[in-house]
Amino acid sequence: MSADLIASRQSEVIEEFSLFDDWMDKYEHLIELGKDVPEIDSGKKTDEHLIKGCQSRVWLAADEQHDGTVTFTADSDAIITKGLVGLMVRVLSGAEAQAIADADLQFLDTIGLHQHLSPTGSNGLASMVKQMKLYAAALAARRS
Amino acid sequence: MTHSSLPERIRRDFPILSRTVHGKPLVYLDNAASAQKPLAVIEAQREYLSNYHANIHRGAHHLAQLATEAYESTRQKIANHIGAYTTDEVIFTAGSTDAINLVAQSWGRTNIAEGDTILVTQMEHHANIVPWQMLCEEKRARLIPIAVHPDGTLDLDDLDQALRQHEPKLVGVVHASNTLGTINPVEAVCRAAKAAGAITVVDGSQALPHLAINMQTIGCDFYVATGHKAYGPTGVGFLWGRKALLNAMPPWRGGGEMIHSVSFEGTTYNEIPHKFEAGTPHISGGIAFGVALDWMNGIGLESIHHHETELVHHAQSALETIPNLKVIGTANQKVGVVSMVVDGHHPYDLGTLLDGQGIAVRTGHHCTEPLMAHMGLSSGTLRMSFAAYTTREEIDRAVIALERAINMLN
Repeated sequence: MSADLIASRQSEVIEEFSLFDDWMDKYEHLIELGKDVPEIDSGKKTDEHLIKGCQSRVWLAADEQHDGTVTFTADSDAIITKGLVGLMVRVLSGAEAQAIADADLQFLDTIGLHQHLSPTGSNGLASMVKQMKLYAAALAARRS
Repeated sequence: MTHSSLPERIRRDFPILSRTVHGKPLVYLDNAASAQKPLAVIEAQREYLSNYHANIHRGAHHLAQLATEAYESTRQKIANHIGAYTTDEVIFTAGSTDAINLVAQSWGRTNIAEGDTILVTQMEHHANIVPWQMLCEEKRARLIPIAVHPDGTLDLDDLDQALRQHEPKLVGVVHASNTLGTINPVEAVCRAAKAAGAITVVDGSQALPHLAINMQTIGCDFYVATGHKAYGPTGVGFLWGRKALLNAMPPWRGGGEMIHSVSFEGTTYNEIPHKFEAGTPHISGGIAFGVALDWMNGIGLESIHHHETELVHHAQSALETIPNLKVIGTANQKVGVVSMVVDGHHPYDLGTLLDGQGIAVRTGHHCTEPLMAHMGLSSGTLRMSFAAYTTREEIDRAVIALERAINMLN
């Protein structure tokens, strides 16, 4: 089940971050994750895929697979945002469209990074999550 | 008493400065966004709400009278503080943005026509751009920017040329830039604009907390500022305007307070300043704004400006030692604002990692996107901004924290 997949990936991220008590250690880890996020196809780093935050910019590409799952790739011009974007992709990419649309993404809250999901969209992350869910919901509706 | 002891004397007035953030002592360097509040301001709001809250200007009872007197005393304090000719030239607004919108919607819609030009500088805050843009769109008028030099000073030659070429109806200029810190020669700008037949609007949001300001020497037609950047509450500010202009302007918002008499056959409007003050205002904020002005004047703006100038020099020379760091905005005359970029690092990353160390700064375009675009800084800058209570030690801590942030990102 894709919903279980998303839940277990969230648990994995929560466990990984539980190793860091200190705020700065947590961000050091996030920076390392950001550096490891595979570069988005340069062909996809276009305005069409751009989610403009107030501060950092995020690019998101979504690809529908034959089996009804969605593959996401994403990038950002800020490394911390890129780390966060990478976590979102890690949790959601490859899951079924309906499960993505329904996903309850509480892991950022649990690991204490929820401030980056601020609705004013200062870093583009909240808009990205919205886009991921909208894309998945539209795809799920089309297939049903 | 020496200037360097200023923070020592006043920091105890600010309860928030002794708190911690993420387990580290707070270093608050986001004063250009909003300054913290002294006890006197906090107490003034508590006192009003506990002891004499009532609606102003209407009730016949004792509390209404006390509240009205306290609120109106702030109008008097503002008038004194800015050298207004008369007290009724001071209109209470919700802030600078609200005040500029008032001018754009009232003076602007009456006086701007198709084909007219409005000039604003390239370094304006969005609050002094967008209301004019909306007006120009409606009236089919043009909004044209005045250039800024690479060091962050205003290009006065470009202003002169634009005045000659476009014969603008209105010129908007920021007194001190929130992004660069530059103090603009507003007297010279207003003189030139006036000679060219233009009305002038000065945005004093960043000047009020740092500089002594005087309407009679600046020579502008409208001046706006906000309370919360000057140690007062949010949601209250003022518009100062020349009496003849204010009298000739139509009301903008309709409602209670702004009328003389109302009937369904027709309504007559109140005199200035009340003509522009529809509805119940932010009474506690207005009262506390006056207390904030008293607090600032108790220290003296000369002392504050002197202290902040020292901080700017201290910060700029400490930051110079960081490789690949460039200070953005190096005008000689600055308020307590130091903007910077570090090659290869996004301001958002640096700001986030400073926050983790208890240092509050602002990153991004600071609501001056056209300026950032003009300077080729698409990700904006990291900005440290100072207040009367900021210490050299805090700046030193911020510089060390910034070095640590850069190391983490490298």
